Amino acid sequence: MRIGVDVGGTNTDAVLMDGMQVLGWAKASTTADVSSGIRAAITSVLNKSSIDTAGIRLVMIGTTHFTNAFVERKRLLPVGVIRLSLPAGRGVPPLADWPHDLRERIGGHVYELPGGYQYDGRVNAPIDEQAIAEAARAMRAGGITTVAISGVFSHVDAAQEIRAAEIVAQEIPDVSLSLSHRIGRLGLLERENAAVMNASLADLSRTVVQSFGDALDALGIAAPFFISQNDGTLMNADTVRRYPVLTFASGPTNSMRGAAYLSGLKNAIVADIGGTTTDIGMLVNGFPRESSVTVDIGGVRTNFRMPDVLSIGLGGGSIVRNDAGVSVGPDSVGYRLITDALVFGGDTLTTSDIAVAAGHAEMGDPSRVAHLPAELVERAMEAINAKVEEAADRMRTSAESLPLILVGGGAVLVSRDIAGVSRVIRPDHASVANAIGAAIAQVSGEVDRVFSYEVSGRDAAIATAKQEAVADALAAGASSDSVEIVDIEEVPLAYVPGGAVRLRVRAVGDLAVAA
Amino acid sequence: MMQLTLEDMPDFARGAAFLGTGGGGAPHLGQIFCETAIRRHGAPQIIPLEDLDDDAAIYGIAMMGAPTVIVEKLLCGDDALLAIEKLEKHTGRKADAIMALEVGGINSSLPVAIAAMRGLPVVDADGMGRAFPEIQMTTFNVYGVPLCPYVITDEHMESTIVEARNGDSGEAIGRALAMQMGLAVMISAYPMTGRDAQRTAVGGTMSLAVEIGRAITAGRRNGDPVAALIDYLRTTTYYNQAKLLFDGKIVDLVRETTRGFAIGKCTLAALDGSDSTMEIMFQNENLVARQNGMMRAIVPDLVCIVDRETAEPITTEGLKYGLRVKVIGTSVAPSMRTPEALSVFGPKAFGVDEPFVPIEEIA
Repeated sequence: MRIGVDVGGTNTDAVLMDGMQVLGWAKASTTADVSSGIRAAITSVLNKSSIDTAGIRLVMIGTTHFTNAFVERKRLLPVGVIRLSLPAGRGVPPLADWPHDLRERIGGHVYELPGGYQYDGRVNAPIDEQAIAEAARAMRAGGITTVAISGVFSHVDAAQEIRAAEIVAQEIPDVSLSLSHRIGRLGLLERENAAVMNASLADLSRTVVQSFGDALDALGIAAPFFISQNDGTLMNADTVRRYPVLTFASGPTNSMRGAAYLSGLKNAIVADIGGTTTDIGMLVNGFPRESSVTVDIGGVRTNFRMPDVLSIGLGGGSIVRNDAGVSVGPDSVGYRLITDALVFGGDTLTTSDIAVAAGHAEMGDPSRVAHLPAELVERAMEAINAKVEEAADRMRTSAESLPLILVGGGAVLVSRDIAGVSRVIRPDHASVANAIGAAIAQVSGEVDRVFSYEVSGRDAAIATAKQEAVADALAAGASSDSVEIVDIEEVPLAYVPGGAVRLRVRAVGDLAVAA
Repeated sequence: MMQLTLEDMPDFARGAAFLGTGGGGAPHLGQIFCETAIRRHGAPQIIPLEDLDDDAAIYGIAMMGAPTVIVEKLLCGDDALLAIEKLEKHTGRKADAIMALEVGGINSSLPVAIAAMRGLPVVDADGMGRAFPEIQMTTFNVYGVPLCPYVITDEHMESTIVEARNGDSGEAIGRALAMQMGLAVMISAYPMTGRDAQRTAVGGTMSLAVEIGRAITAGRRNGDPVAALIDYLRTTTYYNQAKLLFDGKIVDLVRETTRGFAIGKCTLAALDGSDSTMEIMFQNENLVARQNGMMRAIVPDLVCIVDRETAEPITTEGLKYGLRVKVIGTSVAPSMRTPEALSVFGPKAFGVDEPFVPIEEIA
């Protein structure tokens, strides 16, 4: 058996699964130390299911903790930045496009040094080991404990970044190292940004990963734990300790993967209705469709793999008004739902009150909404439906009518058919879809580099890329019989003769641990 | 004379990306490069064509290479300065102003940054009023200002002077050099006088890029950026025949590498529930848009793909299955539509076997 945990901003959810079957679930409040919230949720689900901890083989955790910390600028460390690029890139220094407050706070030690490759892997400039050592000594003198290293085309050949890291590690004892080739794909600036963001979280990631481990230890769970990353696949504790940035945006991914699992559908629209917002995304072949635009996190440009999600102001706490016609949201009572909503004794009319009045939800005291005029309830339901309809339509990419899966605590708000979708599905356990998404996550491998079709031919190049992606997935812990290629993207290098093509291939598979 | 300031840069980059009609590479990089240069050196003056002295020495500047390489090597500055210095030495004349070969993507930002670094004005004009994939595809070349001599440099400060017999040959030699020099090279080309520039350049395009960006930004505040953009284009001298050609989602995308270019075709399905489709052919830049098989706009007129909600211009490399976009077509400067011009960058130059028809004559 295994446990999936979702550590959200408000709630920590836990689900217990045996194979692909959900045995039970529980919710607890997220706590400042993270650990006690996880402990409470897991204890609760185990008690409900009367399962002994000895039977737990795996724990999967999804968390938005690191994203929130970066966006809120909490516990960020000053970072030493080494870019191996000279003589290239002098006109666009590291952190050039960062918000001023962040640059002031974490970017005092920036070094542009010789290094880098050509697109085809030839060395563009050798590294200067002495210059790297000198930079590291200056950083050490400045109290730097975490260093980000980036290099031109380092995702094609990582040797220079790795050598530079060795030198820095010799000069700064116990330094945390964030190497850009481990995080990003093509695009030095975005890859470097991600490495610096990651480096700034080094202290927090140690604490949080430690607290995950502590929570499990305290419960006597000896099973290894894995943490979900933004593409819906897993990484081990050591990887997340070193690369917390890879968890960014794993929340929406987990809820969409959970929706896919609960509904048994691989292609569908998913609406995750929470307390304040509804996130709407598309499942394509069982995975969230990725965003095609550059994602801005806390004011910093990145090229992470992120699900393409549309957030609208609709949730269980959305305020319903009856002024000039009935309107819903976008403002919400948020976590005050349990005190402010009519059914909970408050005096704010919310979507939850409407759902109770309409007989679609059971919470609080239904007699407190019995007085609501039927027409008001009807109009509000229409308004809720219209919002979901419009958002679902914006996310659709073909005229083909797809099913809509409703998940999240607010899924009860939508009670009728939605125009433009083939059917509306409200799966069991929909309120803990995100924890389920964490529990069923797979592991992935990816290759993203430039091939010359003129040299090798297209078929051979793609075959090589597939092999490398599969090898990468196996290295991440996938079982060999489950690995499959899920995505191939070809982008010819514009303006270049010679058949140079950027190939991105992704493989995913189930974890090789029986559970 | 007006200045291009730090505050103008986001709008300038966005407007230039629109005029790039899908080409020109990552606009944000050009923006950061410009902003960094302006912070270090101050904002450059932007000089209208009519204010140029007849015998002023004007040097064109552009980046040549692959957008996918530029996003790794980023930009230097010194290499572009070196290209100009070498060309100055070769011709024996110091530059009085810098001019863009193309307004579109990185190549519109580059001259602004270089002008800031050199303390020279940048001419409010370029050689096409849009982006094209090859360096001989300019109104300079069409109307008798030779591409050569030109200088090509890389980030190692290596350089070559190219003296080719004509523009086509100059392009072919440059492309071969660019391959060897790492595909992120700078060129300074088309050395010309103020009189030549007034006679051949497409005027006002740099300041126009800022205005286009401003129209989009203002539209976002007021709720309909695409409509705001089209309304603004209709007030301009060259791009006034502006039409919303299509509102759809990308349902198919075919790319291949032929003759060293990203050539492809993008198919859109209408969002209004009708069966209408639009097909857009591109060679780095968008070339022709056909709706249900009928031509709606064709090169050198502009075919621009923008995000349907934000009007953010989308480059051909950024096209992706499922994107929801609007397609805008516009006219271009009359000097871009003459028989001489069409023989250099009309449909035939891109292997499109259809005659050019001005967008205003297409229903």
